[in-house]
Amino acid sequence: MRALMQWFEERAPGAGAAYKKHMTEYYAPKNFNVMYYFGSLALLVLVNQIVTGIFLTMFYTPTAAGAFDSVQYIMRDVHWGWLVRYMHVTGASMFFIVVYLHMFRGLMYGSYKKPRELVWLLGMFIFLALMAEAFMGYVLPWGNMSFWGAKVIITLFSAVPVIGGQLVDWIMGSFVPSDPTLNRFFALHVVALPLVLLLLVVLHIGALHEVGSNNPDGVEIKKHKGPNGHPLDGIPFHPYYTLKDLVGVGVFLVICAIIIFFEPTVGGFFLEHDNSIPANDLVTPATIKPVWYFSPFYAILRMIPSKGFGVLAMALSIIALFLVPWLDRGKVKSIRYRGVGYKVALTVFAIVFVLLAAIGADLTPGWIVSIFGPNADITTIENLFGRILVVLYFAFFVFLWAYTFFGWEKTKPVPERVTTHA
Amino acid sequence: MHKFIQRTTMRTLTAMLLVLVVALLASPTALAEEGGGYPEANINVHDQASLQRGARLFMNYCVGCHSLKYMRYSQMAEGLGLTEKQVMDNLNFTGAKFGEPIVSAMPEADAEKWFGKVPPDLSLEVGAKGADWVSAYLKAFYLDPATNSGWNNTVFPNVAMPFPLWQLQGEQVAVMNPAEGGNPATLKELKLAHPGSLTPEQYDQAVRDLTAFLAWVSTPDELARSHMGAWVVLYLVLFTLFALVLKKEYWKDVH
Repeated sequence: MRALMQWFEERAPGAGAAYKKHMTEYYAPKNFNVMYYFGSLALLVLVNQIVTGIFLTMFYTPTAAGAFDSVQYIMRDVHWGWLVRYMHVTGASMFFIVVYLHMFRGLMYGSYKKPRELVWLLGMFIFLALMAEAFMGYVLPWGNMSFWGAKVIITLFSAVPVIGGQLVDWIMGSFVPSDPTLNRFFALHVVALPLVLLLLVVLHIGALHEVGSNNPDGVEIKKHKGPNGHPLDGIPFHPYYTLKDLVGVGVFLVICAIIIFFEPTVGGFFLEHDNSIPANDLVTPATIKPVWYFSPFYAILRMIPSKGFGVLAMALSIIALFLVPWLDRGKVKSIRYRGVGYKVALTVFAIVFVLLAAIGADLTPGWIVSIFGPNADITTIENLFGRILVVLYFAFFVFLWAYTFFGWEKTKPVPERVTTHA
Repeated sequence: MHKFIQRTTMRTLTAMLLVLVVALLASPTALAEEGGGYPEANINVHDQASLQRGARLFMNYCVGCHSLKYMRYSQMAEGLGLTEKQVMDNLNFTGAKFGEPIVSAMPEADAEKWFGKVPPDLSLEVGAKGADWVSAYLKAFYLDPATNSGWNNTVFPNVAMPFPLWQLQGEQVAVMNPAEGGNPATLKELKLAHPGSLTPEQYDQAVRDLTAFLAWVSTPDELARSHMGAWVVLYLVLFTLFALVLKKEYWKDVH
């Protein structure tokens, strides 16, 4: 065994060093709290999506005539096909849950601030690639919501000035979503975007390991090193955080298993009822809406009474997130030591995001009826409520800039060393 | 004191976010369970006898026009606890082989001519519309001379299908509220004008059986899933506990 290790070491002298750099000698702050589980969980879901996706690809037929049937073939005839597909479907939704929480963690503890701007930017590109990946994956089963969702989302590109109409036809490869659309989405979903995602994830983690992890106190642990050259508040990622993350993985898998085995559609949320009907360009579903994880952005689009500006606002709502490291001029990272204004603003922002999701997922008509009675004017109330939310969404970014640029923020003193540990 | 307040703020913030996420996840489930305002179908796909009775109803009254193209006779036998002989003798009237899917013998061109549209495949009907809808629909037919078939339906107005179960339920008629103040007459209730061969209670049970069968056909994986699900969750809980013990052991020296 030792001879084998030595043989390997002589031929790949960098491998051992790389393992040490990223695992046993990567010093992470010892005070990570529950919000720090979601990065490793996102990685776990990515692996799950790739592995289950490979098996689904073996049985799936990427043609308009065969796609829907092949999904039912996977569900009914392929041994354990239902389990693999439910793992993939549940994984897609869980991916967004953990990624949204991971991003929120970044906002809470200022993980996007110097020197971690690049980590945040790469993370945002992962989010963008993930949205494209999820959208194209959603089209593949070729149910009726796949079809109409694809049609509505692709048609958004017609808002691009001058070339809009041609752009839509070019993306679809046709005038309605059909074989060419399905074939290219299949290629992008199973080959191109996973490669992009993997590359970005490697860069994201690489960039993180260059500068080191932030922590709930927003303290730079590299400032205080012991005689051995290691940060006093740091502990090696392996075995400490590999084992801690393993506990997180366990809890996460319990939740996933409950969904997969007992309620895989999550009430039509993870798997929509209209996708039990094959794609049909003559029958429009009662309400066309994207899957839940796009619903906050879809709500912003819907609440703006002009297609052009709606698409622009939707694009801006994501671009604004890219710009956070430069909008926020505050030097204090963690919400623990930031001004009251930031605490309130971030809380409001999180609530606004969830409420926008409810509008985009078409939950609000039911709520409005139960609050205002059956004769309520749903559209007016929803528009009023929704537009206030859209304004509040963008107000967060404006406030973040003004609050820190004009020095209105009253921060508390940041400790020299981390204060708590798990 | 200072630190205590900070920690409390953080906890409140985290708790609020979690509550919101849970509420968001729970509310569509609650909506779906209400089934769009239809009475609950009250079915049990784990009741094998009910599924078997439902299969018999389907093969006697439905398969003449409607297919279950994603379900094979052999899979039905396995799922419903029946032997090949029982299925081929009692539930297969189309002459299909045991391993073949359940497909209606009616030519599509004729169906188009007779009903104006091809009767839809029902393999995924419960997945698409929900069990509550299917159950309510099967109880909502009434005589209406204004339609081509002579039947109408309050759940699916002007449906093309004539009521196939009329011998069982009997014939319902619509009782209308009188038109007043320029408003057209509205439907008050459905009344059983001529009883069928089943009592209303027996008919309710028949609809439950048929709906349960269609629900099972829509997601046949549900039986296997729920049987093994508890074991998978139990295993993962034990795994998590072992991981927690291991983590605590390693973290002893972190101060």
